Amino acid sequence: MPDYTLRIRRYSPESGEAAYWEDHTVEMKSHSSVLEAILEVKAKEDGSIGIRCSCRAAICGSCGVRINGKPGLACNTHLSAAAARGEEGAPITVEPMGNMPVIRDLIVDMDAVHWKKIRRVTPWLINQEPIPEREYIVPHENMVDVTQSMACIQCGACVSDCLSMEVDPGFIGPAALAKAYRFVGDPRDAEQYERLKDLSEDEHGIYDCTHCFNCIDACPKGVAPMSQIMRLRRIAGTDHKIEDRNNGHRHERAFVKNIQRNGILHEADLLPDSYGGKLHPRAAPELIESLPTAAKAIARGKMTPAKVLLHPHKAPAAVKKIFKEIEGRPAREELNLYISGYENAEERGDLAHVPHTDDPTPLVPPAPPEPPPVVDKSPTFPGPEVKKSPPPGSSAPAPPPQSKPATELPLESAPADSTSSAPEPPPESEPTTELPMDSPSGGFITPAESGEGESTFT
Amino acid sequence: MKIAYWPGCVSRGFTPELHGSMAKVAPLLDLELIELDRAACCGAGVIAEHNQELADTLNARTFALAQQTEGELMMNICSTCQGAQSECQERLDANTEYREHVNSTLADEGLRYERGLTNKNFLWLLVEEIGLDTLRSKVRRPLTNLRVGPFYGCYIVRPADRLGVDAEHPRDRYLHMVIEALGGTVIDYAGVYKCCGFPIVTMNKQASLTMAGRHLGDAIDAEADCLVVPCPLCHLNLDLQQPAAQKVVARELGMPVLHLPQLVGLALGLEPKELGMGKHVIRPTAVIDWTTSVVAGAGA
Repeated sequence: MPDYTLRIRRYSPESGEAAYWEDHTVEMKSHSSVLEAILEVKAKEDGSIGIRCSCRAAICGSCGVRINGKPGLACNTHLSAAAARGEEGAPITVEPMGNMPVIRDLIVDMDAVHWKKIRRVTPWLINQEPIPEREYIVPHENMVDVTQSMACIQCGACVSDCLSMEVDPGFIGPAALAKAYRFVGDPRDAEQYERLKDLSEDEHGIYDCTHCFNCIDACPKGVAPMSQIMRLRRIAGTDHKIEDRNNGHRHERAFVKNIQRNGILHEADLLPDSYGGKLHPRAAPELIESLPTAAKAIARGKMTPAKVLLHPHKAPAAVKKIFKEIEGRPAREELNLYISGYENAEERGDLAHVPHTDDPTPLVPPAPPEPPPVVDKSPTFPGPEVKKSPPPGSSAPAPPPQSKPATELPLESAPADSTSSAPEPPPESEPTTELPMDSPSGGFITPAESGEGESTFT
Repeated sequence: MKIAYWPGCVSRGFTPELHGSMAKVAPLLDLELIELDRAACCGAGVIAEHNQELADTLNARTFALAQQTEGELMMNICSTCQGAQSECQERLDANTEYREHVNSTLADEGLRYERGLTNKNFLWLLVEEIGLDTLRSKVRRPLTNLRVGPFYGCYIVRPADRLGVDAEHPRDRYLHMVIEALGGTVIDYAGVYKCCGFPIVTMNKQASLTMAGRHLGDAIDAEADCLVVPCPLCHLNLDLQQPAAQKVVARELGMPVLHLPQLVGLALGLEPKELGMGKHVIRPTAVIDWTTSVVAGAGA
């Protein structure tokens, strides 16, 4: 068995001493996890190392740490994969997650940041009345829609590396906003508008995300929090026309109109339009504030006054027609690859060479005799025919073939006159999604037996 | 090598020196650029935020226009275009029915996107198509002793699977590799893979400029002479907004920021003026001696 050296960041705030790095070498199998190696060190060398862990199977979300600079679960990261991230032969660094205070060594204060922000978004269902006497049935399409955000195990990896939070600790952040979408997207919830209004009016809300994609890469479960934030913006801005404190929706609208008009961006118009137009009182202070910048740009020859005033580029008629046609559709269409999967996933070509985690071999669970229960995606739901592949966040191997029915609803709102034909034949495998644990009822989604395309909360 | 070339919006807007320097550098690398001048903005994630199908359709149109040219592949010079286009392409390539649906919107114009376009940022093209050996052989003015901090930003490295960053294609090391191939010294600093803050500059200026200011300050602390960026939007926040960022982080900055084609052009022997370096807000005087066109530190 190869040797692995762990370089663990040690820190005990009460000691009054500065944090320091400590090396420990252990002999482990290459497919052992970083957590196993830490526990080995704890057992054999130094029992005082602080780490939080429980299930060791990427379900409980306790062991979030940074491994060679990247956030993730220690139980879900192979030693070989962790070592491959660094220089050859270099130690594997293990340090606590970022953006949260350290309690001791690898343990961070999740209450102070993560849970506080989760509580901030009212993370429970506010039932629409009247509540049915029996099961409160959710249409399958809506259930599928929130499945991705329900996959969150609250490990805090996304919070750790959120770059907006790094400069603005008030930002509600990726985990909590993904959680917010779980209820915004649930048709049983009575307060979609109020939730979105609240998250838009908070200046540290949905428009404070800087699109850095760190949370998407950090998440061990494929939740893609940033994508959920964009969906919150889409519903808040486009559907509810909520004007936010950060000017986010106005900016989005100005940007879209700018491209519709010009084909390519005319920056000189974008700034004033984002504040409501050149003559709007709101625009004046912003424009005055940006005058030195604009003057500099002109002085340096980046811009000429003529170019500022007369944008030479105009959108081709075909582009204008695309805007008109798509904006005129009765329902917005959205393809979520987490749900629909990829055709020919193995030959995705230049776009992707690796699954979401860099683990080459199965880790969790090692060899399940039975695949865990899966979220059933009913076969009867209309939608384009797509083969199913495991969601990108799942590092577990595909379970043995089984005759689960085909799945699909990649379109957020399928057009009423969906032309799709019969569903595909059964796929080879189902994703090994853990059961969502976060619904008010304990979160069990049972397979729809009725064949009516609906999942049921029990 | 013939290339379908998408310059993006900002390179033809507030950073004209990027478009200009690419045009100067291309012939030196035997690239024949076929500019996609009828194509529309990639949407920069903002159009997708508004309506995903709209962004996918506009980019499918760009891809279809690229496929109509004689270009071997499509190239962009903007990370944000790369990221936004890769996201749309991922959806279009993943699902035939969806792709056909999008193509039906393009049909009126006689356009059609066929799955599997190769779309590479200039950085990827430099390493994967031209090759570092060829690049090295073309260097006329080695950037000896020039201390360059790579600034990747977000859209060109994340999410890693979508952007094809893996052991075989260490695209998150390409700027490092190019700087070294040009004879420069790579400076690692805290901001190498962080966000410049541009996407929220109109929404939370304080947070946005704090990001820019911190990264610039970290680069100064690491004693970099300049930064190099593969994205004009990063350039806007790091260079055009640098005086404002300076105020936000209450620290004198003055860090020159070069576009990737400018850094390459400088090493290939082009004059700083030709590369539009005079158009920067922070003049790259630390990089180049304007009177002699000698790269700073050379021969030192």
